[in-house]
Amino acid sequence: MLGIFSKCTLPKKAGSHTIRQLSSLNFDIQHKHPQARRQVGLPRARYGGRNAVTMLPGGGIGPELMSYVKEVFLHGGVPVDFETIQIDPQSDNNDDLQYAIMSIRRNGVCIKGNIETRSLDTAIISRNVAIRNELDLFVNVINVQSYNNIPSRHKNVNCIVIRQNTEGEYAMLEHESVEGVVESMKVITKENSTRLARYAFELAKNNGRTKVTAVHKANIMKLSDGLFLETCKNMSLNYPDIKFEHMIIDNCCMQLVSNPHQFDVMVMPNLYGSIVSNVICGLVGGAGLISGRNYGDHYAVFEPGTRNTGSSIAGTNTANPVAMLSASADMLEHLGHKVHCDMIRTAISKTLNEDMVHTADLNGTAKSTDVVDNVIKHVKSIAGRI
Amino acid sequence: MSILKNGMKLLMNRSAQNALGNKCLHTPSSLDAAKAVSIKSPIARAFASGEQNEDKFSNLPVERITCTLIPGDGVYPELMNSVQTVLKAIGAPIDFETILFSEVQHSSSAKVEDVIKSINRNRICLMGALMSPDVSYSGELQNLHMKLRKGLDLYSNVVHVVSWPGVASRHKNIDMVIIRELTEGEYSALEHESVDGVVECLKIVTASKSQRIAKFAFDYAIRNNRERVTCVHKANIMKLGDGLFLKSCSDIKRLYPGVNFEAMIVDNCTMQMVSNPQQFDILVMPNLYGNIIDNLAAGLVGGAGVVASSSFSPECAVFEPGARHVFQTAVGKNIANPTAMLMCASKMLRHVNLQHYSESIRNAIREVLAAGKVRTRDLGGSSSTHEFTDAVIKAIV
Repeated sequence: MLGIFSKCTLPKKAGSHTIRQLSSLNFDIQHKHPQARRQVGLPRARYGGRNAVTMLPGGGIGPELMSYVKEVFLHGGVPVDFETIQIDPQSDNNDDLQYAIMSIRRNGVCIKGNIETRSLDTAIISRNVAIRNELDLFVNVINVQSYNNIPSRHKNVNCIVIRQNTEGEYAMLEHESVEGVVESMKVITKENSTRLARYAFELAKNNGRTKVTAVHKANIMKLSDGLFLETCKNMSLNYPDIKFEHMIIDNCCMQLVSNPHQFDVMVMPNLYGSIVSNVICGLVGGAGLISGRNYGDHYAVFEPGTRNTGSSIAGTNTANPVAMLSASADMLEHLGHKVHCDMIRTAISKTLNEDMVHTADLNGTAKSTDVVDNVIKHVKSIAGRI
Repeated sequence: MSILKNGMKLLMNRSAQNALGNKCLHTPSSLDAAKAVSIKSPIARAFASGEQNEDKFSNLPVERITCTLIPGDGVYPELMNSVQTVLKAIGAPIDFETILFSEVQHSSSAKVEDVIKSINRNRICLMGALMSPDVSYSGELQNLHMKLRKGLDLYSNVVHVVSWPGVASRHKNIDMVIIRELTEGEYSALEHESVDGVVECLKIVTASKSQRIAKFAFDYAIRNNRERVTCVHKANIMKLGDGLFLKSCSDIKRLYPGVNFEAMIVDNCTMQMVSNPQQFDILVMPNLYGNIIDNLAAGLVGGAGVVASSSFSPECAVFEPGARHVFQTAVGKNIANPTAMLMCASKMLRHVNLQHYSESIRNAIREVLAAGKVRTRDLGGSSSTHEFTDAVIKAIV
């Protein structure tokens, strides 16, 4: 109130105008200005208990998977409206991408497939990475849980992979310093490592998990991974009830394939996260099953866990719809629609474990639509529609 | 299994109602019969997914949904009766939790807290107009309706003003949406007499609430494929207060490159509205202007009897008439027009994912009004409320 009055009665000072801009537009610049980032973002698009959610179908099997999600939501009576935005993979400018990011800012929540970037122009950054960086989605969470009746090497795997999502090797800083020599920078910051570690321990605490394992390569990258490890160690001191361990990435991969049951919550930098999450998804049945969640301070993006486009099987009705459906259930949980979330999760687990409707990637014979129809059957019976 | 059984029961119940036709329509609608087969479950609250797939929804019952019902004052209890009759006749799976809430009958009215609790539980409410007396009984400046809005954080009111076929009016083809801020502005109930003979009334405008309503308006445009949002203000006089509102709207506009935005001063807006109302698409405005423009726009398309509105908080939705007049002189005469209240019910059904029922009510009203045989007195006819209700039911069944 005072600020407004002073603005009109006093002669305009150079500084006062900028401050005013800042306070009213913090959602615009919260990523670029660390001070503003902690401020409250825009109110989420939730009206009368119904949410608007951005949907980016992406390329490959994305559009078909999204149509399954819409169908399941329709039959379950889920209170979500989708704003679908298609990003043209061929285009050489970032207009579509900017619009999509703006839409996520408005709605707060997004469900996406993997978006292709076909342009080879170096100015065109990978769309997936751009979305994560622009929205400051610093953490990627993959909850890996094996399904009982799915053929896999290991049974009863249950661990959470937490991955730094915005820096490290994905900083996209590469250059050719002299001819024939390319340098690629890996950036680790204390700030991002701290909030990642805090997120990991908080998640462990809130979900009754007992152990956090930091995965690193600090024996070689003594400074960068060293900083990451150091930060995790320091954070663990605040959580005496949770056991803290650390493991080198190469050993970790070996342990994962031989004895994955020893892991509980795992926290790691960006590239290791990409590798580990693919390894662990492979252990329980492949890319078609597991969903991933990306969180920042204000926004959340949900997608299949392994981020594959699946272009080769697009349009063949063979893709496994389970990963995207569980991503949609994760999204409902995040939005607070607990009942609808449970409904979809139960339907999925009944389909896979009891009815044994499996697609080809799980050595089954069912088509994608068979799985979806079976899920819808369960959703309908749970939702009380006959 | 039990769900299936109950479903069959509902089905039979509905076909029994259909077989009876509208013979028993004017028995005071007892909802107890419907309640007997109700299944209480949190899933009962199934909302729409917003897809245009109405044909996919069969007319079969889903689990029953509970809705808070506030009958209101004046003719509204009678109009609620006609809403309940229609819903029962078409077998919509809605149960009502009726609460008497009234300022003029303050001694028998439920407490605001109880009403808020009920609406928060059910998430949806159908509400008649409340009479607000000029003099407060409690000595407070805030009336009950305002308390309810504050308590629920019901911050946005949406009035969709459309021309009905067959309703005589000065203008045709009006299709606009008026979005009004409901919680602050002139309705902040902050008035005092600072010295004898001088009363100050505070109008509060905050950036966060202005941005919130602006975002609601733009989101509404996106969700409903509309192209233009007009901010109505008086920033040339109230440079700080309305200035902040206008600035908040244009700030939010930057997030919506696909939606056109313009600003219009409220006095000019009223003139434009009576001379060329077809130019408007979505209008967004502070509290008091909204109240005036809502009524003005309602007058353009046939009056208080035909315009419905919905109010939203993040969590719940309240459906009430668009121009809130209690029509005290018509009480008990069976002459009021139930269109507005039926449209409220239709909007409510749409909100809870029962598009099929929603569409059938709206189409039936359209059919009856377009045919022009059954019209209530406000539209130049001589039919009664009951006759109109019957005609709507006949058009559906």
